[in-house]
Amino acid sequence: MGSAVPSCPLTMSDRDSYGLGRAELHEIYRALVVTRAAEERLEMLHEQGHVVGDLYRSLGQEAGAVGAAFALRRHTDGTGDILAPTIRATGALFLFGGELLDFFRQNMGRATGPTRGRETTVHWFDFEKGFVGPVSPLGTMVEVMAGITMSFRLRGEERIGLVFSGDGESSTGAWHEGLNFAAAQRCPMILVVEHNQWAFSTPTAQNTRVNSFIEKGPGYGIGSESVDGTDVLSVFDAVRRAATRVRSGQGTRMVELRYFRRKGHVDHDSQEYVEPAVIAEWEKKDPITLYRARMIENDWASDEELVAIEAEEFERCRAAAEQAVGEALPEASDAVLDVYTGADAPRPWTRADNPDPALA
Amino acid sequence: MTEREIPEHLLKTRRGEEVTLLEAISEALFEEMTRDESVFLLGEDIGVYGGAFKVTRDFLEHFGSQRVIDTPIAEGGFTGAAAGAAHMGLRPVVEIQFMDFISPAYDVITNYIATSLYRGAGPMPLVIRGPVGGGNRGGPFHSQNVEMAFFHTPGLKIVYPSTAYDAKGLLKSAIRDDNPVLFEEHKGLYRAPALREVLPDEDYLVPIGKAKTVREGNDLTIVTYGAMVHKSAEAAETLDRDDGVSVEIIDLRTLLPLDDDAIVESVKKTGRLLVVHEDTRTGGIAGEIAMRVSEKAFEWLDAPMLRVTAIDAPVPYSGSLEDYFLPQTDDILTAVRYLAAY
Repeated sequence: MGSAVPSCPLTMSDRDSYGLGRAELHEIYRALVVTRAAEERLEMLHEQGHVVGDLYRSLGQEAGAVGAAFALRRHTDGTGDILAPTIRATGALFLFGGELLDFFRQNMGRATGPTRGRETTVHWFDFEKGFVGPVSPLGTMVEVMAGITMSFRLRGEERIGLVFSGDGESSTGAWHEGLNFAAAQRCPMILVVEHNQWAFSTPTAQNTRVNSFIEKGPGYGIGSESVDGTDVLSVFDAVRRAATRVRSGQGTRMVELRYFRRKGHVDHDSQEYVEPAVIAEWEKKDPITLYRARMIENDWASDEELVAIEAEEFERCRAAAEQAVGEALPEASDAVLDVYTGADAPRPWTRADNPDPALA
Repeated sequence: MTEREIPEHLLKTRRGEEVTLLEAISEALFEEMTRDESVFLLGEDIGVYGGAFKVTRDFLEHFGSQRVIDTPIAEGGFTGAAAGAAHMGLRPVVEIQFMDFISPAYDVITNYIATSLYRGAGPMPLVIRGPVGGGNRGGPFHSQNVEMAFFHTPGLKIVYPSTAYDAKGLLKSAIRDDNPVLFEEHKGLYRAPALREVLPDEDYLVPIGKAKTVREGNDLTIVTYGAMVHKSAEAAETLDRDDGVSVEIIDLRTLLPLDDDAIVESVKKTGRLLVVHEDTRTGGIAGEIAMRVSEKAFEWLDAPMLRVTAIDAPVPYSGSLEDYFLPQTDDILTAVRYLAAY
């Protein structure tokens, strides 16, 4: 249900590099490779008991996150574009300067991580580099990105924002309210719908009557485009096109990425609700395999160069994970810190040296 | 900016004239927007129309549509957008047309805004303000007090003034605060003639988190806030005159964080505590206050801690029903007399 492989040909006939030079094409490959290598490393760490909570994979969706993020202006001084990833847009975070080491620290709840053990996964922030981590209630980030991009418009800045959302997320009121607000305010925002065909265990067809999320675009008076999310350059091209229009003041746009979530929603979801044959079919559309073959076929890279990138990223992940494993967990009582600026939560009186309820 | 450009109705304090609580709020907003260009307003019908209660009348003409933004009817959407703007260094002031309608924004306020600092996303200088309270025959959806829906939210501050002076000084403090502040304005106090006062013609602040002793007394402490401050004061006059009972009244002004010290200090003096709130009974702030007094001043109590509140029901529309629903001065008299005789 809702999971047939599209009939698009798998041949590597497309020689279009969309104006990207060799170094950029390599950078894209590197981002794809590190995304998968980091997540696979995280799976190992999870099996070893180092990951504090749950584990999320973006297997099969890496090209969507990477292609979209690559189309934006990536600065490190707070003057570039801003994106908000979903749990499955890990690659976008890395492209925007999110450190591999911090990724492991986050998942392992380390004191050294950007949220000092308060939050996990991609739920972290760097406004200078231009990413804002999501929260788990879905739709919220569409509202928040509407406000971020409204600020750009109010200040006359040439910046834009991109918010990733899942297809299941589009069912929320927040998604609608955020998108409608952005459209009405002509916010320079791109909404990316990661149409991976599953909202946890519920197929898209049970979440919406539309076949493609771009059908919703006219309902908001915004332009939208749907693209094969396994093709990193097509994604890049579509988002770049959207970014150009959004940056020139034409208002909010939507881009749908079509692909398939090849892993369960979360590590404890073994995906029994999907036919194994369907997953096997989608493995043939693996975005990294496809892009690698395309690079070789077009002579954008030699096999040796790609092997070197793969080895380097593998090693970077190994080293970062090793370092994070060796780092400390937060001091337990730090749980009270920074509930307010300049004010912590009261400590439990039962844990004082001389317990007295008046201390509460 | 020259004085001529300021709308007439916002010059009262400057001219030494009395203002209502509503006018005090308008002045606070106007002065903060003038002082700090990063302060801007968004909400339903606040621009062209000037707000359902006209709190922002003439603001659109003065500050322009970039800073006074009429939004779609989507409390969650525009409150979330305000959070995004706060991330970018702006200081949004969100108006909820009637606070009863804040519920669609509950998700983004509790899960996103109030957790922002703790999650490492930085400060969240955001004010969400709007009219609350009953007595105006508004029925179930234009009369509620919403503080306790949010009281259980670490990271949020909740302010609820009872006078024009406090409203202005507290709203200015809220706008300058780097934490998100929920600011409740009792619509029954907005234009109450008895609350008109001349405010200092200066840039004054009232600190968040500090209660005020609005009447000193020795026999019993009433802890209250909002419109109930005035009913409590009315009761205290009667008790002083007819019963010889001396009541101390603490106006909380800020509900979160609670000013424990002010409450405990007063209870230690009087030995008796009555909490009065217009909000409904179960899960009202009286329960929390009683627990704190139990923790911190149990030995000083000479009587049980009691409360006078609205009844546990939706707010009814018809006058006889609403008057019965709301706590009245006679209820306070009865409760104080019971406690005084205990």
